[in-house]
Amino acid sequence: MTDLSSAFADRSTPLSRVRDLLHRYPAISPAVVLVVAVLVFGLLNDRFLAPANLSLITQQVAVVGTLAIAQTLVILTAGIDLSVGAAMILAAMVMAQSASSSGVPPVLALVLGLAAGIAAGALNGLLVTRLKLPPFIVTLGTLSIFTALTLLYTDGNTVRGSQLSSTLTFTGDTLSVLGIKISVGVLIMLALYVLIAYVLKRTAWGRHVYAVGDDKEAARLSGVRVNRVLASVYLVAGAIIAITAWIQIGRTNAASPNSGLDLNLDSITAVVIGGTSLFGGRGVIWGTLLGALIVGVFRNGLALAGLDVLYQTLTVGVLVIVAVAVDQWIRKAKS
Amino acid sequence: MTPVLEAKNLVKTYGRVVGLDGVGLQLLPGEILAVIGDNGAGKSTLIKCLTGAEIPTSGELFVNGEPVSFKRPQDARAAGLETVYQTLAVSPALDVAANLFLGREVRRKGVLGSVFRSLDVKGMRERARAELTELGISTLQDVTVPVENLSGGQRQAVAVARAAAFGSKVVVLDEPTAALGVRESNQVLQLIRTLRDRGVAVILISHNMPQVFEVADRIHIQRLGKCAGTITPQSHSMTDAVAIMTGAQTL
Repeated sequence: MTDLSSAFADRSTPLSRVRDLLHRYPAISPAVVLVVAVLVFGLLNDRFLAPANLSLITQQVAVVGTLAIAQTLVILTAGIDLSVGAAMILAAMVMAQSASSSGVPPVLALVLGLAAGIAAGALNGLLVTRLKLPPFIVTLGTLSIFTALTLLYTDGNTVRGSQLSSTLTFTGDTLSVLGIKISVGVLIMLALYVLIAYVLKRTAWGRHVYAVGDDKEAARLSGVRVNRVLASVYLVAGAIIAITAWIQIGRTNAASPNSGLDLNLDSITAVVIGGTSLFGGRGVIWGTLLGALIVGVFRNGLALAGLDVLYQTLTVGVLVIVAVAVDQWIRKAKS
Repeated sequence: MTPVLEAKNLVKTYGRVVGLDGVGLQLLPGEILAVIGDNGAGKSTLIKCLTGAEIPTSGELFVNGEPVSFKRPQDARAAGLETVYQTLAVSPALDVAANLFLGREVRRKGVLGSVFRSLDVKGMRERARAELTELGISTLQDVTVPVENLSGGQRQAVAVARAAAFGSKVVVLDEPTAALGVRESNQVLQLIRTLRDRGVAVILISHNMPQVFEVADRIHIQRLGKCAGTITPQSHSMTDAVAIMTGAQTL
């Protein structure tokens, strides 16, 4: 057969080559932003690069960074999960309250919390696949449901650190690596990134997650069991959310039903800044870690520079819009 | 000769709308059977029912004389029936090799594959290259390119290659040249002939009469959810075919 390609001459310009590169490796732009931000903040303030400060940044990032893994999986399927923060608080309260008030052994309390997280994910997945409702609507509803359940279960009471066993706050313990204190929570987060990166890149399930997000109908016709993939994504997300709950308890040395609702949107922020497309099917998990770190570095660096907290929020907003604009620009070339 | 694929009295209704009204079809080994018909004549519904994308309301299907029933596209695939949909059904972000193996990925041997579920990426790429070469698609040697970076003709080639690879018995093509230019269309028609020469039976759905009359061995004409008759390019002219299609003439 004759050559099909000769009819299509290569019409690349330097700009289109940059676009192709970003398209192929979506983690490049967040990586560049992170490196530049670290350099700039390091030059502006000596304390920024001090081991104690770097350690603080990693601990501040651990919760949203882990939660954003769950968010990335959902967004890769062209969905969105507005309930991750609420589900995390629910799981955290199940862990803390069952261990403190109900006298459940700590390890069992963790298992109960894990079950709560998975059940929350299962509910989202069931509604998305069985009732065929848009993930935005489903998780907007479950956001309220999980929040209300949490308050009903706890009566709005916080479980303080003094009431928590060392097993529940274990994720807040630190160990020293090269002079930097790393918390167990940060290590768990990194381990989860490695695991999910492997699963997405090297397994059939990972490919199917991308295929479903890319073009659902094409995936179905290719023999991918779309609903099974979608349901499993929400289940895995639920498990990751529950693990995040454990990290949150260690990080704050408490479990409060009223803190952490910002995480619903902060996790989306990290994913978007990390270069994952809200339209699904494009992005890498490492970009999300970079995105979470970028937010952490900007907040910390701007605070060290003495700027009001509102400027941190403002900067994060600008970053989100720039990230999505870049994504649109990259996508436009392909449509 | 036993038909490689046979449908008897296929009926498909959507509520009160009748998509197929008792259609029969025979596909013989190594032939190109074209399916033509006006819009709404039931071409797409027929194809979907043959390939597991839709479940017929009633009727029988046979592959090599054996009764079969397909619940989903994988079932048809498992029986050796592959389909190239009009929408191509490729995943743009995945590369050529990943698309060829989508839904039938190969895992690595040993513990890495069975416990860690690791894919044999290298092996799949090699097999993808070999299949493309065998089909004479020389332009797609880089199987690591995302499909969205390919031209329309190249995407079509990927979709056809996916259908033709892995020893399939029947390949169904739904309007494979509708979105292509003259030159690319000819290349796809050539690819269809290559398939037939390899002993693969082909069903070709098309609006393009000259193309149908150029490559088809037999022509099945759909009209108003029924088969209005089966002709050959030798027995009838294009004008006859259009007349039968529109009901101006009956067989």
